[in-house]
Amino acid sequence: MSEKELIIKGLTRRQFLALSGATGAAALLAACGAGGGSGRTLKVGLVAPITGPLAAFGEADEFILGQVREIFSEGIDIGGTIFPIEIIAKDAESDPNRAAQVAQDLILEDEVDLIMVHSTPEINNPVSAQCEANGMPYISTDAPWQPWYFRDDLPSPEAGYSWGYHYFWGLEDVIRVFLELWDEVPNNKTVGALWPNDGDGLAWASPQGFPPALEAAGYTVVDPGRYENLKDDFSAEISLFKEQGVEIVTGVMIPPDMGTFLTQASQQGFNPKFFTVGKAALFPTTIETLPDGLGEGITTEVWWTPTHPFVSSLTGQSAAELGAAYTEATGKQWTQPIGFVHGLFEILADALARVSDVDSPEAIRDAIKATNLDTIVGNINWSTGPVPNVSKTPLAGGQWQAGSDYPFEMVVATNTSGVDIPITGSIEEKSW
Amino acid sequence: MQWINTLVQGILLGGLYALYGTGLSLIFGVMRIVNLAHGDFIMLGAFMSLLVTSMLGLPPLISIAIVVPVMFLLGFLLQRGILNQTIGKGLMPPLVITFGLSIIVQNVLQMGFSADSQGLDAGALETASIPINDQISIGIMPLITFIVAVAVLAGLQLFFNRTKVGQAFRATSDDPETAELMGINSRQIYALAMGISFAIVALAGILLGIRTNFAPTDGPARLIFAFEAVIIGGLGSLWGTLAGGIILGLSQNIGAQINPTWFQLAGHIVTLIVLAVRPTGLFARTRDS
Repeated sequence: MSEKELIIKGLTRRQFLALSGATGAAALLAACGAGGGSGRTLKVGLVAPITGPLAAFGEADEFILGQVREIFSEGIDIGGTIFPIEIIAKDAESDPNRAAQVAQDLILEDEVDLIMVHSTPEINNPVSAQCEANGMPYISTDAPWQPWYFRDDLPSPEAGYSWGYHYFWGLEDVIRVFLELWDEVPNNKTVGALWPNDGDGLAWASPQGFPPALEAAGYTVVDPGRYENLKDDFSAEISLFKEQGVEIVTGVMIPPDMGTFLTQASQQGFNPKFFTVGKAALFPTTIETLPDGLGEGITTEVWWTPTHPFVSSLTGQSAAELGAAYTEATGKQWTQPIGFVHGLFEILADALARVSDVDSPEAIRDAIKATNLDTIVGNINWSTGPVPNVSKTPLAGGQWQAGSDYPFEMVVATNTSGVDIPITGSIEEKSW
Repeated sequence: MQWINTLVQGILLGGLYALYGTGLSLIFGVMRIVNLAHGDFIMLGAFMSLLVTSMLGLPPLISIAIVVPVMFLLGFLLQRGILNQTIGKGLMPPLVITFGLSIIVQNVLQMGFSADSQGLDAGALETASIPINDQISIGIMPLITFIVAVAVLAGLQLFFNRTKVGQAFRATSDDPETAELMGINSRQIYALAMGISFAIVALAGILLGIRTNFAPTDGPARLIFAFEAVIIGGLGSLWGTLAGGIILGLSQNIGAQINPTWFQLAGHIVTLIVLAVRPTGLFARTRDS
């Protein structure tokens, strides 16, 4: 009874907000007045962590923005009218409160037509919540879909959200990938877990996350419990892992903690066969800075590489060409977020071209929802996802190995994603 | 046997915390300034060493010879140029200025070095250890860190007790007005104190950088351990800071041994207990009012 009431309440609230959003857009239109032959400027907000601890995720934004601003400089053709596009990029400063604030500014002050947001639940979730509350269409990526979908403001799991669409992989994929990596080298199936007390750590350690799945696959899980990030000492975890005979260490760590753990493990004579972590093992610079070659052999999930068999619908570049363009422009080794940030703009261009009425947020939302596009990160189609509002991208398994162009290069070693991602090497055995 | 290992690792970790805390304790002891940018200056030291090692190809431990004097000078100039203007104007102005410095240092480091996490490469030394038996092995770097902390404190002790300048430090700390009457330039003493604090911070930063990865925004998280070491040990007490660091490291490791999630919690609780039972810390020597 009370649950039913809640849903009804939720519906009226959302309807009300949708209505107020539409009124806002109408007011905006009136304020702008009728233009000349071409359409009014469409404003697109982009929220990402450009500075702060998560800044590595936003590092490719400048390059991608440069690329797409050039492409969009002539505007976009919607139903025969050319609409100029303005992209307003805002820095979330790696801070959830700041992310919500800049989203609000984009909606209320810049009066954007839609918002795109990327990287980690800490940024995506507050921005998404603002968009939902204000009836603002938005696209989100670069965070496993569960922490994004199962937010506090989810009206009901079946109905999903009214305004936002997310594309990425999920916990079920990263679990599958880690298990297939561990099958590559014989081991005693005892896993030591390092899941911190943050958004990612809690999701990975939850009953929807790793522990039950690993146990179902015949693994013993040694979980010392949630630790606080930026910990200077892992002796207790290491002695527990040694005592329990752990041969596989997994987790979702931040880079300094990965460094501390690996160094101490090595000092204290703990030599697992696998060190398989998410997040910290993402960026090549982190692997390089680990002491004494400890970074070599670390295994992790692979969401995007220049060897992925995809082509950009926006520039016609292959994944390899996009990666090479990034390296040429910045002098840096490619990173995984490049493809996903580029993908945001592919979806943007594709969806806007199909909008029936640019002054209706509902029409923009419906155009995003109807997307069925082959992008640089794979096919994006929100009608085939595991839940409404989510489209999944393929996930493979990889290992950091000594490279020829760079100190360490990511080798794709396993792939059961169902999408044809080329295998570029096999797992090299290592004992830390 | 596992417990002995816990105690050994806790004591060694205490050396690092003592290095974090010593500079903080020193400048509070001498001029009653709380430096909120202390943690960020630890990062500055680490990044400066990164710059020196990558430009000159020196090992990080050798970079100490360059980074420590440069940081000393920086601290000296900071105190002379900025913080001395706030002396005698209450607790707030230096607090606000160092808070601002904290933000500036983080963002300048990020502009210069990007947000990537970095590490100082000390080669095999980083993972080398002395195995005592199956359960216990002592890492060389934690051991070096501990020895450096003890050496720094012994050096400061000698400096305060045996040198004229050291006596001037103590006199200024006890009573700046009377010290000035005796011909001591307290502003110069303050600048020297900040310089020494920065030199120690540089050491802490370099040793931290060898121990683990670091990023421009890691400073504030380090600051809290510096504060806790100082609070436990007692404000202004040098050896108290070492004791505070060791007690903090031990309580964290003992807490973690009981339940790994209690690592930080145990340290915070011990700090709170000390604050409740002995607000001046266990070995306080300076008294306010």
